[in-house]
Amino acid sequence: MRNSKVVTLEEAIKRSGLRDGQTISFHHHFRGGDKVVNMVVDKLAQMGFKNLKLAASSLSDVHAPLIDHIKNGVITGISTSGLRGALADAISHGLLKEPVVFRSHGGRGSAIAKGQQRIDVAFLGACSADELGNATGHGSKSICGSLGYALPDARYASHVVVITDDLVAYPNMPQSISAADVESVVVVDSVGDSSKIAAGAIRDSKNPRDILLAKQAAKVIINSGYFQDGFSIQTGTGGASLAAVKYIREEMISRGIKASFALGGITAHMVKLHEEGLIGKLIDVQSFDKVAAESIAADPLHQEVSAVEYASGEHLGSATHALDIVILSALEVDTSFNVNVLVGSDGIIRGAIGGHQDTAADSALSIIVCPLLRGRIPCVVPKVTTLITPGKSVDVVVTEYGIAVNPLRPEIAEKLKAAGLKVVDIKELAAKATSIIGTPDALPFGDQVVGIVMNRDGSVLDKIYNIK
Amino acid sequence: MMFVPGNNPGMMADAHIYGPDSIMLDLEDSVTMAEKDAARLLVYNALKSIDYGSTEMVVRINPLNTPYGKKDVEAVVKAGVDVIRMPKTETADEVRELEAEILKVETEIGRVGETRIMAAIESALGIVNAYAIATASPRMMGIALGAEDYSANLKTNRTPGGAELLLAREQIVVAARAAGICCFDTVYSNLDDMVTFRKEVELIKTLGFDGKSIINPRQIEVVNSVFTPTEKEITKARAVVAAIREAQAKGSGVIAVNGKMVDRPVVLRAERTIALAIAAGVIDKEEAI
Amino acid sequence: MKEAIAGTLESGDIMITIGPGEGLQVDLQSSVAAQFGRQIKAVITQTLEGLGVKDAHVQAIDKGALDCTIRARVTAAAVRATGKDVWKD
Repeated sequence: MRNSKVVTLEEAIKRSGLRDGQTISFHHHFRGGDKVVNMVVDKLAQMGFKNLKLAASSLSDVHAPLIDHIKNGVITGISTSGLRGALADAISHGLLKEPVVFRSHGGRGSAIAKGQQRIDVAFLGACSADELGNATGHGSKSICGSLGYALPDARYASHVVVITDDLVAYPNMPQSISAADVESVVVVDSVGDSSKIAAGAIRDSKNPRDILLAKQAAKVIINSGYFQDGFSIQTGTGGASLAAVKYIREEMISRGIKASFALGGITAHMVKLHEEGLIGKLIDVQSFDKVAAESIAADPLHQEVSAVEYASGEHLGSATHALDIVILSALEVDTSFNVNVLVGSDGIIRGAIGGHQDTAADSALSIIVCPLLRGRIPCVVPKVTTLITPGKSVDVVVTEYGIAVNPLRPEIAEKLKAAGLKVVDIKELAAKATSIIGTPDALPFGDQVVGIVMNRDGSVLDKIYNIK
Repeated sequence: MMFVPGNNPGMMADAHIYGPDSIMLDLEDSVTMAEKDAARLLVYNALKSIDYGSTEMVVRINPLNTPYGKKDVEAVVKAGVDVIRMPKTETADEVRELEAEILKVETEIGRVGETRIMAAIESALGIVNAYAIATASPRMMGIALGAEDYSANLKTNRTPGGAELLLAREQIVVAARAAGICCFDTVYSNLDDMVTFRKEVELIKTLGFDGKSIINPRQIEVVNSVFTPTEKEITKARAVVAAIREAQAKGSGVIAVNGKMVDRPVVLRAERTIALAIAAGVIDKEEAI
Repeated sequence: MKEAIAGTLESGDIMITIGPGEGLQVDLQSSVAAQFGRQIKAVITQTLEGLGVKDAHVQAIDKGALDCTIRARVTAAAVRATGKDVWKD
């Protein structure tokens, strides 16, 4: 084909003009099956690059090989929504001299759009691409659905390289990433492990605790005053969140209530409700499973949005501003309703901000569902280990020992009490946790700042120190 | 009553959050012989330290004619258990033997009279002696059916319809009522068949049982929904009780509610409905009267 | 005292291996070592002292056990190791 942009990875890197010290970016739509980050950084290391800054939308267990690249000075800075596994553990112990910058999905999108997060070269994996660079989240070898987190990179990066394992004939339309934004296309054997990119739909949890939490969360929603025809909803993917959808569904059917849209990470559960006619539209920034990924490719009412359109704080047109109800989980909630989803109670980084800050702040009703204890680890505490989502954004906390409502929302507490739900003071929940497991000792934090938690507006919310 | 194996600390720690009326920590059939000593200690420590709230705490001990039974009694009485469940009860003498053992420990710790007894009947002889067992001690609070061992003892097997349990169930209800104590039905182990489970709970409620043994929190909702009176039933019951009160105040002997004569059985049933409603937390004690 | 084990590696439990030793020495493996390691070791030694055991080497693998579970498992292991029960025969 004339004007084909297809080149080898090495050639694409040369053409990009990437220099030491510059910023490269990646999306995380391939989740635990991703091969792109490791493949590209390995190549960059091989080519002798040093001191690169890695701006990923998120990183997970599979990115442990970055540890060596950090040790060798190839990567000297990271910004991301989250870190997990060996990489997170190493960084918590001080591997990276420069603190990791943590942002929410909306925060990252916003920072990229405003130029606060500069991207010199974006390496964007795609399930299919044509020779001019039109790229999508579905192909013959793998399917990931929405490419929402890649879109700000595609639009604002100085140079964009699309990497795919399925080169198709032009035009690869309708496209997620537009050829107009793409400089090079690289074809590889495999962009990821397809079974880990998009697994089958998560089965309903049979765990009695998840079911109990889910039923309570559903009751909170049903009695909150927001459960009206045309409401909108977003849920996380934890067992309790997904199960809550099941119980809300029963009530929706019996009352003849339909939701106008579901937002966020879209799962098979939401697709099923949409196909049943119970949810009007699906606004998708990340398709969590195969069902959702296939739905977005086929259904015009299931729409992809970029991270900016999804959750940017200052773009008032972002979808979170229209969101009524969000069900979220937490590692810790404290007595001021602050939430931590990033750092374990042992001080080690082990999660991601995701859309937590964004949805909690912009939605009308934000509900945190978490067990009071996870083994001997308290989830309701006097003070969070790290502040991710400020308490004023959090309305209700649902645990197996009772429901706590933020004093800023007295009308919700009234409604829930009137419905016969067990509403308690959050301090009682924290005290209950302590009475069962005892008071934990102070964590052995050091003096090195290994992570900075950014607020949606670009200000610093909290710092994460190393663990000795 | 939710069964929880006494050798599973994870389950014992938070069984109560699901809201069962009572929890039975088991030292008997769910614990292997090698672990009886350890399970006894787990149960003892759990009862002493864990805040089970208002949940009634029951422990199923090993029979007194095993090497474990007496130590089980010592441990759980010292831990302050509400009820001791004795397995495979066949005669009134066995109840009195347990009673003596309990009294010994209670006397030692200075808390005489606090521990009550529930007898599980799991054999033909036990069914024959059901009334004698139910009245063997003032500490008796209930008798229960153990269908697995019972049906084996009868030399038959269990069926979904429960025909083999007909006599046993009715005998236990009759004996309990005659003795003025509670009666409980046996466990249903297929957690994936909630439909048959519900049918069984409806059956035993009709037979007159006060409650059902369960083995998993998922079964709680079904039992509660079958046993909790409906709003309609509660309203009707209140009307009956109000009419009786009014009649008593006037000194009149015969009363009618909605044009129908109301005699004593109707009144008793209405009072039981109200009691069930209060127990289920659907109405408050004060507003019932 | 002979060597004895009590407890499992199930969630919420603690596996205690006790054997002869000098003084009370506790080796602890726990996912909550940072937050509760000190407290877990204290419960183990206090329980043993309460049983009159002054010399033992204890290996503990903790899976998030509450204090009451630790007490139960340590007591069971000590009883199995010494043959001296805490209940009357």
